[in-house]
Amino acid sequence: MTVPTNLLKCFPWLSVVVALFLSTAAYAQLTTFQLQQWLNSPAASSHVGNITGNAHAAALPYRRYCVGCHGELGDGNGENAVWLDPKPRDFQLGIFKCRSTPTGTLPTDQDLYDTIARGLDRSNMPQWSTFTKDERADLVAWIKHYSPRWQTEKAGTPIQIPAEPEITADRVKAGQEVFKKMECWKCHGVQGMANGPSASTLTDDLGRPILPFNFTDGSRPKCGSTDTDLYRIFMTGLDGTPMPSFADNIKPDEAWDLVFYLRTLQPHNAFNAKEREIAHQLGLKPVNPNAPAQ
Amino acid sequence: MKHKFNRGLAAILATLVLVGVLTRVTNQRASAAGEGKITGTVKFDGTPPHMRGIDMSKDPYCSKAHANDPALMQTVVVGKSGGLENVVLYISEGLSADAANMKSTQVPVFDQKNCMYTPHVLAMDATQDFKVITSDQTAHNIHPEPNPMTGNIPWNRSQPPGAPPIVQSWKAPEMIHVKCNIHPWMSGWFAVVKGPYATTDENGSYTIENVPPGNYTVTAWQESLPAQTQKVTVAAGKPATADFTFKGK
Repeated sequence: MTVPTNLLKCFPWLSVVVALFLSTAAYAQLTTFQLQQWLNSPAASSHVGNITGNAHAAALPYRRYCVGCHGELGDGNGENAVWLDPKPRDFQLGIFKCRSTPTGTLPTDQDLYDTIARGLDRSNMPQWSTFTKDERADLVAWIKHYSPRWQTEKAGTPIQIPAEPEITADRVKAGQEVFKKMECWKCHGVQGMANGPSASTLTDDLGRPILPFNFTDGSRPKCGSTDTDLYRIFMTGLDGTPMPSFADNIKPDEAWDLVFYLRTLQPHNAFNAKEREIAHQLGLKPVNPNAPAQ
Repeated sequence: MKHKFNRGLAAILATLVLVGVLTRVTNQRASAAGEGKITGTVKFDGTPPHMRGIDMSKDPYCSKAHANDPALMQTVVVGKSGGLENVVLYISEGLSADAANMKSTQVPVFDQKNCMYTPHVLAMDATQDFKVITSDQTAHNIHPEPNPMTGNIPWNRSQPPGAPPIVQSWKAPEMIHVKCNIHPWMSGWFAVVKGPYATTDENGSYTIENVPPGNYTVTAWQESLPAQTQKVTVAAGKPATADFTFKGK
């Protein structure tokens, strides 16, 4: 008879211990109650231009179209994830490649919206052109609930991109100097063939092998193909990958020079007819890292 | 049954209140008196692990810099007298809120020299500014890898030769690995802690300054060996001693 009473006496203590244990174990993910609370808060929306996305509306589309790769918890561990390379984005970390904001900050709603619409070349993320603009904005609002960062931080301030100047031969040559000085070739190679001396050793933040962008094989950059996109990519860096931000060291004017030079490395495409012609007329040779500076 | 439960609950509440009051009292006492320090030596017991050589031939600048002085991995650095270098010592328990939030006004400097990090481990307080500089004539990228769940956000910045220093700080205490993607052998640590801290020199000795008198737990952290703790009592104006020994295989 003494044993059961002892147990009963322990019950409140035990229950506190169990509750504490459960609360720490459940820390990483939202409870249903917290999720409902969040869904009813103003944070559960996104603003893209004049569209307002609503996370409520995206719960079912996410389950239908996204959960297979990005997973129920948004951690990038959907059932297809094991077969994919590059791996699906882990929304819980709140770290994104394609941003208009400085390195180490959250992307804007517009950035996430653009990524959904654009898809990611050379990955399994398609262009979600099947969604309407409103549906995309809804999904942006939804994926933001997976990371606690969105509740405590604001998106970064987008970097300023000045108007694109006229392309000149001098600018292309100056761009090549920037390419050499910033040592882009260490990874991307002197011809942009992704065969620089450090290329084979690169890994992403989770330690998985990753390749630098190859300018010469006709593939599209993951974060957009326009001149402005290229400008943004090297000035903000691709967070979670070896690609750093060059915003501290490339001036806006030089950045445009570099964009024009990068265009000469690409095979003929919709954007680079002028740059290629200039490079041809100049007889532009790949940079020589062993030559003395200037 | 219900009655019993309520009694249990009351007991819990009473203990919580008591603990709260007690910690307040001890804290007040701690911050009122003069400041002491903790000093000691960290030794490595056993055969030090082999320091692997680094092949820097992918970057001629780096390999030339180490032509007469071969570069070695600095995962475990043991001095001649058996002292363990690059161990961070900090107070993990017992600090009052005020003492924990005190931060050094110095700006610790993390240099990239001869394609290695100097120092290999840079200790600092949370929210304290630190500076990353480069002495090299080759471009580096500084890529710390904190866990974003802690509140520390990873970033990745390029620093070509002659570039201005990068000044940053970390929000929360965490041992943050930092690397350079261009030179994959470059590996260092930002040891972000709360309150007073110290890093061991090549003899393994250290001194934690500005410790208010009180009872503390000191943690010795080394990047590849299990961390150790020790209870220390600091009296006003008198250095307390805490020696640690890390065992090798």
